[in-house]
Amino acid sequence: MPRLPHLLGIEGLSPETISGLLDLSESYIEQNRSLDKRRDLLTGRTVINLFFENSTRTRTSFEVAAKRLGADVINMDVATSSVRKGETLLDTAMTLNAMRPDAIVVRHSESGAVNLLSQKVNCTVINAGDGQHEHPTQALLDALTIRRRRGRLEGLLVAICGDILHSRVARSNIHLLQIMGARVRVVGPPTLMPTDIDKMGVEVHYNMRTGLKDVDIVMMLRLQTERMQGSFVPSISEYFRFFGLDSEKLKVARPDALIMHPGPMNRGVEIDSEVADDLDRSVIHEQVEMGVAVRMACLDALIGGRRNAMGAAA
Amino acid sequence: MSGNVARGLPPHAGSTAYINARVIDPTADTEYVGAVLISDGKIADFGPNLFASGAPYGIQSVDCQGLYLAPGIVDTRVHTGEPGEEHKETLDSAGVAAAVGGITSMVLLPDNEPPFDDASLIEFVARRARQIKLANMYAFGTLTVGLEGKELAEIGLLAEAGAVGFTDADHAVGNAQVMRRALYYAKAFDALIVHLPQEPTLSGGHMSSGVMATRLGLAGNPPLAEVMMVERDIRLVEMTGGRLHLAKISTAESVKAIAAAKARGLRITCDTAAPYFALNDLAVGDYRTFGKLVPPLRSEADREAIVEGLKSGVIDAIVSDHRPQDQDSKRVPFAQAEPGGIGLETLLPVSLELVHNGHLSLPRLFQRLSSAPARLFNLPGGRLAKGAPADLVLFDANYAWKIDRADLWSKTKNTPFDERPVQGRVMATIVGGRTIYRNDDFAPAAVAA
Repeated sequence: MPRLPHLLGIEGLSPETISGLLDLSESYIEQNRSLDKRRDLLTGRTVINLFFENSTRTRTSFEVAAKRLGADVINMDVATSSVRKGETLLDTAMTLNAMRPDAIVVRHSESGAVNLLSQKVNCTVINAGDGQHEHPTQALLDALTIRRRRGRLEGLLVAICGDILHSRVARSNIHLLQIMGARVRVVGPPTLMPTDIDKMGVEVHYNMRTGLKDVDIVMMLRLQTERMQGSFVPSISEYFRFFGLDSEKLKVARPDALIMHPGPMNRGVEIDSEVADDLDRSVIHEQVEMGVAVRMACLDALIGGRRNAMGAAA
Repeated sequence: MSGNVARGLPPHAGSTAYINARVIDPTADTEYVGAVLISDGKIADFGPNLFASGAPYGIQSVDCQGLYLAPGIVDTRVHTGEPGEEHKETLDSAGVAAAVGGITSMVLLPDNEPPFDDASLIEFVARRARQIKLANMYAFGTLTVGLEGKELAEIGLLAEAGAVGFTDADHAVGNAQVMRRALYYAKAFDALIVHLPQEPTLSGGHMSSGVMATRLGLAGNPPLAEVMMVERDIRLVEMTGGRLHLAKISTAESVKAIAAAKARGLRITCDTAAPYFALNDLAVGDYRTFGKLVPPLRSEADREAIVEGLKSGVIDAIVSDHRPQDQDSKRVPFAQAEPGGIGLETLLPVSLELVHNGHLSLPRLFQRLSSAPARLFNLPGGRLAKGAPADLVLFDANYAWKIDRADLWSKTKNTPFDERPVQGRVMATIVGGRTIYRNDDFAPAAVAA
């Protein structure tokens, strides 16, 4: 069994590794809900949050996770404009590497940038989202949320809806759900579907009514404003009419179908407020909570005291 | 102008039998002497033996006197000035011209002012058609916002409002990425995209390139500009799996490319307009601005290839490409003249030349004029079938006359066929069982049997 040196993506992980990370995450949920949230598992360890792309939510989640485990956290928000060339990215990596961190959490707007960086440093690298490639901790937190609500992942029917083309969340979730035995549909306008996505083993739907039929889980994706103004989709009103989630379209899903969204939501674009705020079905806030637990588990597994144990399980 | 256009008349309350007609059934590819029975605005029955011994008691019958009776023409390329340029044509005047021309359904191009990129305009056309009570009127939505070829129009919302297809009319979409996304996006709604293939940077001339353009000293628009775009679009259809209809094919090379694409099973169809099989670039002689069209009239070899394309079925449909222009738009130097010609009233007689010259049978001609366009655009008329709308045209295929623009009913008179001798004339047009036009030369006494 190979050790897990980095977390660059979900693709290629074994079901045992994923289950192990989810099990470990479970143990942190109670800790996070208790009054005393801090453990000293990572005392003396240094985690650098290296964000080449803005994301307050994800960065904060990683920061909270690392601090609750007792690590020292340094946040580096690097303006994308100043890092245009490959050499500059690597220069940054080498500089940080020389400071001997234990983990670097990286977000970058280019697919593959995190992989490249991981090849140049000696420490663990965790992908916090690279371009349109992967966002592994998001998929893990989504899986944890589903597993806690449904008790399993295997055999569930999941619809991932919206801008599949540009979504790293969609790719990581497709991998994870399929590895764990769930069936995945992707639903959205054909302009926002990647070429040959069906060859990844998913069902492709261009219509929400057929795409949501009998699904257990509805995962909505965020539509970036630049997609609305380009020629990908004609307008917000048209997008919401045909691809936005509202109670009417949701009727064809299973009555207990969960509604998920990685946030931040565009209300009235990809999701209706009535649905987003439905306490019985929407687990959007729970996803945020699970995010901290999952990131604690990842840091623990990769650089913490249980590293060897996870390595053995990987 | 001869004949009467009548609107608002209710259909005969019971049934009407059109007997003693030469019935053309394009779907079955047959013609025979027989009858068509209409009941409640729909075709109730038809056939060679129907009412052979006279219509039964209680059914009103119309003796067709041996004239041809065919499904009404479905013209999928009509421009009117309403809204925006009502001085050129209104929906009402276009409806009258269509009635006189045997056209029972027409699809309006969206390049008005404002362009039909908003659902309310599609609904406006439907509302006006109900008021006018002549031919059935449908509308295209624009493919891109403001016909600018940059951002997709609201294809889904426009389709919900009733748009039967999406096109930027005579504006070609030069940006391949936009066209690619349009083909992809339309798949979600199984919407038909209609595109005029003209490579924009090559098609700035005023007439087709060639010796005529050189002699007249007019900038040329090469036939290559068309086939380049046809081939680009074929590749994009192949890539996206979209559905595309190419409009107004005018060159031999385009016919060849489309034939090859169809043979490969791609979802591509096409049409041509009457001028492209009936005229060549000589019609522009003496700087006749009525012959300035989009695309331009081509060489004789291209014209012959278009005829061959219609014979072989590579070209699915024939359209009028009716585009009225007023005198201010045409009585100017050739280069400054607006392109376009009217065609609603001349579509049938000019198309009948294909029959008189032995290129097509009458059923085949009506496949191109009626059944194929109705099928392509998913419209209810255009065929003889029990339960189909009683949209019919009664015509004399041998009636010889000369097109005189002064006698046309259209609001403007810019026909490229002015003074052309033709053979064939509409005697009556029936929409939903109502006779909306009757020629003075056809005045049968409606007799109750």
